[in-house]
Amino acid sequence: MSHTPSPGIITPKLKANTIVNMIKKGIRSSGRGLTDYRPIDVVVGYVQNADGSALVRLGNTVVVAGVKLEVGSPYPDTPNEGALIVNAEFMPAASPTFEPGPPDENAIELARVIDRALRELKAIDMSKLAIVPGRRVWIIYVDIYVLDHDGNLVDASSIATLSALLNTTLPKVEVDESGNVRVEKNIRMSPLPINHKVVTVTVAKVENVLFIDPDLDEEGVIETKLVIAVSDDSRIAGIQKSGSGGLTEAEILAALDIALKTGVSLIKTIESRVLEPTLGLSTNTLGQ
Amino acid sequence: MEKPRLIREDGLRHDGRRPDELRPVRISIGVLNKASGSALVEYGGTKVLAAVHGPREISQRHILLPDRAIIRCRYHMLSFSTHERKSPAPSRREIELSKVVRESLEPVVISEVFPRTAIDVFVEVINADGGTRTAAVTAASLALADAGIPMRDLVVAIAVGKVSGTLVLDIDEAEDMYGEADMPVAVAPSIGLITLLQLNGVLSREEFSEALKLALKGASQIYEKSREALRDRYMKVKVEE
Repeated sequence: MSHTPSPGIITPKLKANTIVNMIKKGIRSSGRGLTDYRPIDVVVGYVQNADGSALVRLGNTVVVAGVKLEVGSPYPDTPNEGALIVNAEFMPAASPTFEPGPPDENAIELARVIDRALRELKAIDMSKLAIVPGRRVWIIYVDIYVLDHDGNLVDASSIATLSALLNTTLPKVEVDESGNVRVEKNIRMSPLPINHKVVTVTVAKVENVLFIDPDLDEEGVIETKLVIAVSDDSRIAGIQKSGSGGLTEAEILAALDIALKTGVSLIKTIESRVLEPTLGLSTNTLGQ
Repeated sequence: MEKPRLIREDGLRHDGRRPDELRPVRISIGVLNKASGSALVEYGGTKVLAAVHGPREISQRHILLPDRAIIRCRYHMLSFSTHERKSPAPSRREIELSKVVRESLEPVVISEVFPRTAIDVFVEVINADGGTRTAAVTAASLALADAGIPMRDLVVAIAVGKVSGTLVLDIDEAEDMYGEADMPVAVAPSIGLITLLQLNGVLSREEFSEALKLALKGASQIYEKSREALRDRYMKVKVEE
């Protein structure tokens, strides 16, 4: 059963008021403007045993996403297509407010929002993932782990997911006469077929002011947020209002315009980071 | 389910509705005896019951808040409400929908009046034919009103879909399954706030603003029906002979 959450970490009134008053003047405690993203670092191939992976730092938020490919049976309604399964876990290491255990409603919502955006956009070309049509296909498991929580986990996770998928390669497979599949994980054949790229852009609202990429302190004062999935061809690939609060029609349309502009450039940033791996990043300190 | 022709040659939908036409909406308030408030809402073949208990004390005291009531919400589908039997174990979808339905109600409930209590909202989907979460929001808001909980406004909800390239109001299950987009919207019309917004599908910026307008138009019709149902329940004084 879902219930009104307690404020996880209590922000002192004075600090909360300062954050809100500054945002109303168009500036933020970090020095960012309302439509500025925090710096992004992407380390692809961070996990050698994964078929694709990425460690992402968004400011002080750290997320690792990994892709594992398994040979499995297709869903009956899509016998000639691969399948996608997205899961997210908020690790207790990431925040004193996270408890061990099965994913809570926030982790489930996050995974489902990212899953829907990939699925609806047909971001991955599932038709190329049949191994023995109707019988054996690739199942793509995307698992997202939040390692350090400083706000905006959805966008950090969507950046990590896209980066990990772009880093994923399909191993060599051999099918014998009786249809048995043998996988050679040491021989990589081709990148995962990608049709479209997509990221989410989170637009937060406090007292009629909209701003993007809220950090943890800012998440403590916002009324609500809109998570908007933006495709590389500037379409809206999903929306989720999240948090107790509401928005006017005008605010929603303004948030969309901000998200579309930010999302397209964010995808370009990710593409360049994935192509030029680990620029000056030391991978033994979580990319710091 | 076989895929029907979603938009017919005459421009009408597979069930004969115009693109901007709702299914028949039926609302009954106060249908349960023991709950503080209840409502049964039907959008065509979709049938959803909402019950409210509270404000009340609960055994899980640590989740209560010192300055307001908390809202607890469970969106739940009966096992026989869908084509294939739904396992009684809570699904990831039900967990997500419990959250978004609760968050659609939070902005209108004046929770400060009842500190250290819980207002419990139980939504039971009895029969599913598309638009169960939107019928759930409408029913939950009416059940809260029936329970006498102070509210800033009613919340009513409706989905807009895109089927065969056309934006249509109040999609049913066939249109959801074979259509290109499903966008549920909840709104508190008198205070002008949209309290639930999801988009499952891909739309251009122009299609989105058109879809939102269509949803708000449908919501205002449901708002009128909701107010009428409340008036029928409470304003007509029956004089006994």
